[in-house]
Amino acid sequence: MYVAVKGGERAIDAAHGMLDRARRGDPKVPEISLDQISEQLALSVDRVMTEGSVYDRELAALAIKQARGDLVEAIFLLRAYRATLPRLAVTKPIETGGGTVRRRISATFKDVPGGQVLGPTFDYTHRLLDFTLAAEGRAQVHPPDEATVSLDPTPRVADVLNQEGLIEAIPQGDEPDGDVTREPLRFPASRSVRLQNLARGDEGFLLAMGYSTQRGYGRNHPFAGEIRLCDVEVEIVPEELGFPVVIGEMTVTECEMVNQFKGSATVPPQFTRGYGLAFGESERKAMAMALVDRALRAEELDETVSAPAQDQEFVLYHSDSVEASGFVQHLKLPHYVDFQAELNLVRRMRGEAAE
Amino acid sequence: MAVLAKARGDELEALWSAIPEPPAYRFLRKPETGLAMVRGRIGGTGQAFNMGEMTMTRAAVQMTGEAGEAIAGFAHAAGRNQRHAELAAAFDAMLQDGRWHALVKKGVVAPLAEAQAGAKKRQATDTAKTRVEFFTLVRGE
Repeated sequence: MYVAVKGGERAIDAAHGMLDRARRGDPKVPEISLDQISEQLALSVDRVMTEGSVYDRELAALAIKQARGDLVEAIFLLRAYRATLPRLAVTKPIETGGGTVRRRISATFKDVPGGQVLGPTFDYTHRLLDFTLAAEGRAQVHPPDEATVSLDPTPRVADVLNQEGLIEAIPQGDEPDGDVTREPLRFPASRSVRLQNLARGDEGFLLAMGYSTQRGYGRNHPFAGEIRLCDVEVEIVPEELGFPVVIGEMTVTECEMVNQFKGSATVPPQFTRGYGLAFGESERKAMAMALVDRALRAEELDETVSAPAQDQEFVLYHSDSVEASGFVQHLKLPHYVDFQAELNLVRRMRGEAAE
Repeated sequence: MAVLAKARGDELEALWSAIPEPPAYRFLRKPETGLAMVRGRIGGTGQAFNMGEMTMTRAAVQMTGEAGEAIAGFAHAAGRNQRHAELAAAFDAMLQDGRWHALVKKGVVAPLAEAQAGAKKRQATDTAKTRVEFFTLVRGE
């Protein structure tokens, strides 16, 4: 229990003043702009948008600036701002198969229809610090050359496997089973509800959970069937118009994992699948999400639920960084009365033991 | 409408101020900023799920047409730029007015569409050059 405490206004004001100065840093160093954050720290912005659950680059950049670069704090700020806005519309499901592909790779087929397109990736870099970036204004940017090369259409890897019936079909439907921003979680949670939870979930948590499935905590042998970075149009159907209109474009990263088989007396063995989808360029997040999505399907696929990543309550109740950081950080609040009670208790116990 | 929604606010502002004597309009719905819940599909093609929200702004304006009739223009644009939604709604109304249609189509929508297609094409070119042909090596030949 924590009790209300009074006092400290002046100290609190002074602390916030100190925070403002710390945020600004050395005034001789130029102040960073939201455009600079959005353009040059783009992947931080993508993570904050994904977990803050609001696609708005400028707001995410502002949150990062205000949070002094603490992304979990920035996610909290964006969530809080989100709560002040009315919901005006629900979009039609985005069509990731119809978007403009910027990266698309498959670890399952080297000659995948549509080709392997690397896009802007850290893969195949040597992870050596590049000191030319440290020299201001001397970073090398290669201008794109103007030769026109066109991309073939990129069919889905799952569809390729589907032609032979080698992969499970996915359930269809235009309505999700729920919305975790409107209704409390109930267990067992449906896959669409779980995916919403995972989409907002902390990347570090999902990464560790996904990793644990690879290391054997939950039998799970995946292949990255397809990873896709694309720009898609976002459409709504405004009630006053009654037909779909495009409100803009968004960048998303999608990952489909192909996992080992499931069959039954009536259905021959088929690959199963796990799915991840995140705002912006968030490849690690999308991959981790796909691993965890698949692990959480254990019960549905008649697998033994033995590992943390397969346990719905464990995963879904601990995935949210805002909730997790709130509960951990509440320990800073005054617990003076609680602690006093424990002090008294331990003194009495020691006294009794000494008698 | 898609072209107007996808344009940047400052582009619309510049195109609006380039119109000599633009028509008067009044708001049917003042610009309002809120959220659209974005949905994805399980596996990209399956059941819908709520992925996260996106900021959007909507506006509706009314103009008087040639024969004195009321023309409504609507805009729904991603982001929080209220002036963007206002101008997109005004252009939408003008597109339905015989006196303005051709000018807005040619002078506003066409150049924006061209710029948007150009940006897409440049990106597609850039992307296409990162296409890779992996080949596997046979050992012990």
